[in-house]
Amino acid sequence: MSEVVRRLEINGEPRTVAFPVHHTLLEVLREECRLTGTKHGCELGECGTCTVLVDGRPVLSCLALAAEMSGRSIETVEGMADGGRLHPLQAAFADLGAAQCGYCTPGMLMAAKSLLARDPAASRAEIDDCLGGNLCRCTGYHLIVEAVEWAARELSGAAGARPPREVFYGAAEPVSDDG
Amino acid sequence: MAEPQKRPRPSSHRRIVGRPFRRVDGNDKVTGRTLFADDLDFPRMVFVRLVRATVPHAAILEVRTAAAMAAEGVVAVLTGEDFQVPFGIMPVSQDEHALCPDRVRYVGDPVAAVAAVTEDQAAAAADRVEVAYEPLRTVSGIEDALGHPEPRIHDRGDGGNMHKRVSMRFGDTDAGFDEAQLVLDDVFFYEGSTHLPMEQHATVAVPEGEDGITVYSSTQTPHYLHRTLAKVLELAPSRIRVVATPNGGGFGGKSDPFNHELVVARMALCLGRPVKICLTREEVFYCHRGRHPVLMSLRTGFRADGSIAAQHLRTALDGGAYGSYGVASTYYTGALQTTTYALDTYRFDGVRVFTNKPPCGPKRGHGTPQPRFGLEIQLDKAAERLGIDPADLRLNNLLPAETTTANWLKIRTTGLRRCIEAVVAGCGWRSRYGRLPEGRGLGLACGCYLTGAGLPIYWNHMPQSAVELRLDRGGGVTASCGEIEIGQGSDSVLAAVVAEVLGIGLGDVRLSVADTALTPVDLGSYSSRVTLMVGNAAIEAAQRARTLLADAVAAQLDVPSDDLVFADGRVFGAADVDRGVSFAEAVCVAEARNGLIVTTGSYTPPRSPGRYRGAGVGPSPTYSFSAAVVEVAVDARTGETETCHVWIAHDLGAAINPVLARGQIEGSVYMGLGEALMEEQTFRRLPRHRSGALVHKMPSMLEYKSPTFGDMPPVTTYLVEDPDPAGPYGAKEVGQGPLLPIPPAVANAVFDAIGVRIDEVPIHPHKVLAALESRERGGEARFGPRQFPEVDFGETLIVPTPAEGGDGAAINDWRSRMRS
Repeated sequence: MSEVVRRLEINGEPRTVAFPVHHTLLEVLREECRLTGTKHGCELGECGTCTVLVDGRPVLSCLALAAEMSGRSIETVEGMADGGRLHPLQAAFADLGAAQCGYCTPGMLMAAKSLLARDPAASRAEIDDCLGGNLCRCTGYHLIVEAVEWAARELSGAAGARPPREVFYGAAEPVSDDG
Repeated sequence: MAEPQKRPRPSSHRRIVGRPFRRVDGNDKVTGRTLFADDLDFPRMVFVRLVRATVPHAAILEVRTAAAMAAEGVVAVLTGEDFQVPFGIMPVSQDEHALCPDRVRYVGDPVAAVAAVTEDQAAAAADRVEVAYEPLRTVSGIEDALGHPEPRIHDRGDGGNMHKRVSMRFGDTDAGFDEAQLVLDDVFFYEGSTHLPMEQHATVAVPEGEDGITVYSSTQTPHYLHRTLAKVLELAPSRIRVVATPNGGGFGGKSDPFNHELVVARMALCLGRPVKICLTREEVFYCHRGRHPVLMSLRTGFRADGSIAAQHLRTALDGGAYGSYGVASTYYTGALQTTTYALDTYRFDGVRVFTNKPPCGPKRGHGTPQPRFGLEIQLDKAAERLGIDPADLRLNNLLPAETTTANWLKIRTTGLRRCIEAVVAGCGWRSRYGRLPEGRGLGLACGCYLTGAGLPIYWNHMPQSAVELRLDRGGGVTASCGEIEIGQGSDSVLAAVVAEVLGIGLGDVRLSVADTALTPVDLGSYSSRVTLMVGNAAIEAAQRARTLLADAVAAQLDVPSDDLVFADGRVFGAADVDRGVSFAEAVCVAEARNGLIVTTGSYTPPRSPGRYRGAGVGPSPTYSFSAAVVEVAVDARTGETETCHVWIAHDLGAAINPVLARGQIEGSVYMGLGEALMEEQTFRRLPRHRSGALVHKMPSMLEYKSPTFGDMPPVTTYLVEDPDPAGPYGAKEVGQGPLLPIPPAVANAVFDAIGVRIDEVPIHPHKVLAALESRERGGEARFGPRQFPEVDFGETLIVPTPAEGGDGAAINDWRSRMRS
């Protein structure tokens, strides 16, 4: 099996990596680079779990050949926080329970980040659309959508705005029928 | 719709419990720092690939491994000869081998294992293992198994290809049916589905010390895996350490000890180096242990007011190739039919059959969503026949709190009335049900689930959960517990309870969990047991620590220890807030007085009153309740059902963290919708010229349809809080119960929308169209199974009910009478 050597730029850090020519970006990130924050759910391009950003666009790293990544900017979940400070999307995911088991979370965060970079005021339908290729088995999706919406408001400068009470506590329980 | 009145929330003086907080593993999960099993890496680690059966049922004539052994990079090949000792999660079903020694029982059954330096090499070499088979007749389903007792898939069980059969009668059902004004007889079918956790199962085994091994695995049950490894490897348990890594989703699918876990452990011991396996997605479909396909016959006798005089449920479970949890699953299909509505007499017959398919086991709701589906649809039919609103039929017949059911389950608190009232008010039921335009409909259903199984998997009198706290001089607390985080928030529950009792911050609690060498036993993340059992054990441990600290501080400050308050990281007098010490100082004072401050807490569920054979399945410290209304739009041209909105109310006693509780409820709704409308683990025959094998229809995430963002309707979630004395801070379960009402609520909504009954899931468009066509031709306005097969369920246990003055035992079983 022939190996290739490529200079990859991952999370702004250039590094030279040797790997078998047929290895996917997913494999090279996780195995050669030990960046295991990027997860895999099928390795067939079906679940979105392994989403990373290449030149700012979401890419399924299980379907991308690492050998073709020279000179491109690769971003993974490990590069998202600013030092010790979480990106607003990360903070919102953590606070709203948008990450339950957390396994689909890196892929969701990457896909959401690219959306908000394109359109900070994305509607709920656009969020559904953009994240539609990422599967989650835990949340039922709404907490993820709400986390993206909250982060979007935060990013657009509406700091301090908390999501409404029912996001955290569920809907207020009605006691009498509306007959 | 008029604005419904809102129920005021109970106020709380608590600092952490009951308030939304960032989950303690939140930062790690959003930064990629959480290490799942496949993220682990060790020096000299090699990789394993399993060779799986390509035929569904055959004797193994020969396994040729020489070519694989000679392949590049290969360091070891194991076969069934290396695994003589059988295993299985249930003590009564030790019917699996790590690698099949002489027989394969489903396409995907592991036959051999290849270890190599790289994963690529292991995969290439696995293809070079040749297995010679002598085919046996394939058993493909319930009727096939019942109709063909030979060849037997296993030489054990209750005869032929029946794995387990049960029959029990509580009270005089014949008299109940005689008394009934309306008797409904229905047959339902609930298709099997799989957990589909996003994380593929992975395990790493690492040799340790002279003769020991550490096994890191994505398992929900590290304690049971520990016991299984000791048995299969024939190694002292003290030489084995199991560390359950955070599970990337479980839902029951990682609750069995698995072949691959045993294989890599044996490999690591043989090779003296770390060994890893990560299953492919296709293999995850073969591991399965998911929802049993269940065919059900449900006969219920209603009085004119809708109350239930008698019920007779018969279930037939398609168990797949091995026992797994199947004995418990069989009982569970009958156990919780009695817990929501008053039911005077009840009869249950169940049978689980072996078939040549991946084994079924526990999936969210374990055995109870299937009969709940039948029950809640039949109630809807009864309401229609009796001219009673389906909500009123349920409200009028609710089982009261503090009841012992006909089958001897002890119901404590129940918030089901509030749940029904909440969803009925929320969706505008009174003005909208039955009055929406054609094609649009509302459906209501309820459910009930355990808050932890009353008994452990293997018989013992020890606690089911334990917590150990060690307080350090800096004011930190290390909480150790065998509990395992599978996404449900168990780490956050443990930390929150400890921090609340000791009046410290979440950040002051460091967790050490799911490690059989370092943490006390907790039985695992299954049966919705963790919040209640770990929570109660943690409260006991923390209160003991608090007492030690309070006594020491009281002596130092000269105040009565009862007057001390633990809050905001301080210990101080209730009357004089300034008179106090920091929590860290309190620890130092206590350590000076007592030595190291280490405390423990344990939890053992109360004994259940039932004493008949089978009474061990169903009891729980307390039960959760849920009600849901689903609104659908059904397109009569295409047969497609779209969910428009879900209202779900869940009686969880009290929320430890409401935002995580909401996530559990909505995740359950999601999974219930998947089962109602699309998910199915089904099989097909290859053409005869290609072996005719029974193969999985769609072992991929693309073909196994599960709901996406676009498929989820808006969900209105009500957390119904009525603290239960049995739970920590009043908490009951929340992770499984809310799934139960969803599938029948969808089916009932389809009926409200277009007037046809779909008595099976998933409710695919072709079934809706078939029902509409049948109605048009003057036939039944229904789609679903028509017949339940003839089954010999064996002798029926006769158990008098509490109302009949019974004592919880069967009158015709001398064994249970001897025990009593």
